Amino acid sequence: MAAPTFDDMNAMGVRWTAEQVLALAPDEASRRAGSKLGTAGPWSETGCGDGAVWGLCKGSGSTPYRAVVDTTGPAYSCGCPSRKSPCKHALGLLLLRAADGIAAEGCPAPDWAAQWLTARRGRAARAGLPAGDGPPGATADPEAARRRAERRAARITSGARELEQRLADLLRGGLAVAGQAGYGLWEETAARMVDAQAPGLAGRVRELGAIPGSGPGWPVRLLEECALTHLLGRAWLAADRLPAPLATTVRTRVGLTAPADGVPVRDHWLVLAQYDAADARLTTRRIWLHGTTTGRTALLLSFGAAGRAPQLALPVGALLDGELTPHTGSGQVRAEPGERFVPVAGPVVPPAGGPVGTALDAYGRALREDPWLDSWPVTLSRVVPAPAEYGWQLADADGREALPLTPAARSRPGLWRLAALSGGAPVTVFGEVGHRGFTPLAAWSPETPGETVPLT
Amino acid sequence: MDTTATTPAAPAAGTTADEASTPSWEELVSSAMLGTDRRPPTAPGGSATARDLPGALLDAAALHTVRRRAGLRPGTAAPLPEPAPEDPRAPLPEAARLRLAQLLAGRTAPSPAGRRGAAPDLAELLPQWLALADRYGYKAPPAALPALLDAARARTDLRPRALRLAGPRGLWLARLNPEWGFALRGRGAGGRLPSPEDAEGVRALWDEGLFAERVALLSAVRSEDPAAGLALLASTWSTERAEDRLMFLDSLRAGLSDADEAFLEEALDDRSRNVRATAAELLSALPASALAGRMAARAASCVGLDRTAPTPTIAVEAPHECDAAMRRDGLVATPPAGRGERSWWLGQLVEATPLPSWPARFGGRGPEEIVALPVADDWQGELHAAWCRAAVRQRDPAWSRALLGSPSAPPATGPGTSSLGERAQLLSTLPAEERARWVASFIAAHGLSEAFQLLGVCAVPWAEPLGAAVIDALDIAREAGSYPWSFSGVMGLAERCLAPEAARRLESLTARPYETEDSSPGAGDYWAEAFQRLVSTLGLRAAMHAELTPPPPPTASAPAPAPGP
Repeated sequence: MAAPTFDDMNAMGVRWTAEQVLALAPDEASRRAGSKLGTAGPWSETGCGDGAVWGLCKGSGSTPYRAVVDTTGPAYSCGCPSRKSPCKHALGLLLLRAADGIAAEGCPAPDWAAQWLTARRGRAARAGLPAGDGPPGATADPEAARRRAERRAARITSGARELEQRLADLLRGGLAVAGQAGYGLWEETAARMVDAQAPGLAGRVRELGAIPGSGPGWPVRLLEECALTHLLGRAWLAADRLPAPLATTVRTRVGLTAPADGVPVRDHWLVLAQYDAADARLTTRRIWLHGTTTGRTALLLSFGAAGRAPQLALPVGALLDGELTPHTGSGQVRAEPGERFVPVAGPVVPPAGGPVGTALDAYGRALREDPWLDSWPVTLSRVVPAPAEYGWQLADADGREALPLTPAARSRPGLWRLAALSGGAPVTVFGEVGHRGFTPLAAWSPETPGETVPLT
Repeated sequence: MDTTATTPAAPAAGTTADEASTPSWEELVSSAMLGTDRRPPTAPGGSATARDLPGALLDAAALHTVRRRAGLRPGTAAPLPEPAPEDPRAPLPEAARLRLAQLLAGRTAPSPAGRRGAAPDLAELLPQWLALADRYGYKAPPAALPALLDAARARTDLRPRALRLAGPRGLWLARLNPEWGFALRGRGAGGRLPSPEDAEGVRALWDEGLFAERVALLSAVRSEDPAAGLALLASTWSTERAEDRLMFLDSLRAGLSDADEAFLEEALDDRSRNVRATAAELLSALPASALAGRMAARAASCVGLDRTAPTPTIAVEAPHECDAAMRRDGLVATPPAGRGERSWWLGQLVEATPLPSWPARFGGRGPEEIVALPVADDWQGELHAAWCRAAVRQRDPAWSRALLGSPSAPPATGPGTSSLGERAQLLSTLPAEERARWVASFIAAHGLSEAFQLLGVCAVPWAEPLGAAVIDALDIAREAGSYPWSFSGVMGLAERCLAPEAARRLESLTARPYETEDSSPGAGDYWAEAFQRLVSTLGLRAAMHAELTPPPPPTASAPAPAPGP
């Protein structure tokens, strides 16, 4: 791609494409509703400038909704009662911009939009932290905070001991018991771990409870996961004797929120993938970024209470200029985004990758830092999706070695997009590799290397 | 599950001193399943006391698990799929690619609570987009193929164009997913027909191909060279099965000419009744054929001028029998329930009679004059309906025009037909411009309430003055205080069929009007919304056109400049 890059002065003017905007949608319904609003019909007094887009959208009520998008966040504001973010009006507004449908470009924002923008950006600048998060604990009494932390650690410790005891009891009696119907140990134990303020342990225990119903081979899987849970409990009880980075990882795995206190990294980040996983309590959004100069891969996590979409949404395939603060701890890829993420123009280059063998090597190495890792972000280059007896796999172009797709990935529509993009020829694929197989998340074809095709 | 393809490398790494003292994985699993009380694992180095047995087992299992995961190796690759054939067509322009993604994403969007709102209905624009893309011969972007195939699966009317756009890679993909099996139906393994000039290839496929392939082949050859198509069919005609003969005969409809007469005349003696009927129908569409002559002679004995009447009047004497010769010529002897057999025979006779034979029968009068003549004894309805069917079957614009009558005359009073369905069919035989003019005058005279079917046969985009007539009529309906949903059918058609330039005329109508006393409550808002949707849909269609129009080819003398500074 020999396309010239714009200089930084134009950076604010780079707009997202319709595809990228649609990728921001929290769910399929919003995507459809937003698509419908992406035309001039319902809009009036639209404008954009200084990294923001605004407009009035006629809804079912008498007064139109005021929608503003700060594309440097990105952040959204809309007068509609929707609990989704971005709402369909914000999506429609961005689609309108993608289609060149904004009436006034490069003009100052009207008062109602400017107020929100100023307040948001001012808040962000003062705090130096993502807007919307609670204030940092700096103002609180450090002594009291230390005591609180000690009390919580003590509760987790007693929780970990209890879990160890229960696992030991289970092993003494045999795992076969756990496969019997009506075995109620897991739910109750999970509740005890919640009481002990160890959500990480509670989550693991709930997953243990699901294994006996997961099909043939469950005893092996149950033993593996019981053993790793035991390993985590033991590690917590001996955390003071572990090297500091591993101890941090153990604390994170148990469920303590580790502060993002690594050294901030500024780069042009390519948004590789964004996908949500929801359970009854929480929607967890994962966003994978790739730093084009540092070569670093980072994971942003964002959470939404049950049924609500997480706040953070980034358009897949976009190139964003901004700062990430990594979490410390060994084997951790998670990072916190800085306040400003400005879309920039520039060639989109997929992360450098290798054959399937090196991907498994990378996972193996990562396990040395964090033995509880289920998967690791990797890029496979020159691989061909191929149907095999048991499902689909990604094979090296020389036809020798292959990685199976995870069962979940085999039933996703993204699989067909991947197959179509490849057409039987080698492609580059980003995804997560682990002991269950490979989950493809984004792909690039050699014919259109600048186009990130989302597979989620 | 993963062990089916990824294999742990650890066992191959050789036995170390550490492993020798640790129980094997299988041992650990069986101990864990049965319980350490019943089956204690081999104590590692004999160090663990009985109390710690579960802990020791979990320690060992954790070590095994992490080691196994860290040592996972790739499995053996299954045979790679055959690469998809090259598609030499041009890729979609960037903007058009994004538009397609938007249309496909909006395809399944349900209209919220049944109300249509001011936003365009994206699903309704997909057929038009596909038609345009087809005209320029683009190929679909690979990543859009699954959504495109899903759309074609849900809507059969989209299939031909969606599959053409999808091209060879679409077929390649469809072979991998049973849900898209529809794309492969009617195609051989190759999915490609030999070109009609390739005589050997044509012969081979015709002799050995599957039925669907042969039908496709025949129609391809026929559209290229009608005589060659007929020769191909005649070469194997006597050995074909009856239901196949019917389908093959049907493909002679394209490019039908007097050259086909001899073959069709022979088919009138076919063993299968359906084949005979189809042959007769095809022959009756050839005014110079012997069958048409026989029909004209029969019709002449039934329909003529009543010389005894004071004014020229058409007298009708329906046939008294349906003899073997008539049945051979395709007449069905038994009428459907509730119809007299004589009028049934008359209708079929007149329908199959070449229209150009009538002026001679009526003293040189033209179609208009003949249609205007009074008909004795209540035969007018029967006779005119048969003429309508004849005009449609024989694609005769002069007779269609006469039977349609004046668009502004009240439908029930004119000559010819007042049925909207028949009128729509008659209109379809007229040239596109004349059709648009006729429907425009009809709408100007009678409003929109009965125009839906007629609008459906007009060429898209609507030529002037039709577009203006529809817009004016909508405006009149709004001022009359009706609700827009009384016209939702026409509105939907207008969104798809009005020329995008018509948006200018509509801008003023999108404003919300004052509510006057005699208007229906709230109607103004709904109208404004409906017009907004119309305008934005037209805008979208204009954008679609612009996006799909290929950029002008670079001039031969100046090659495209290299990108970059």
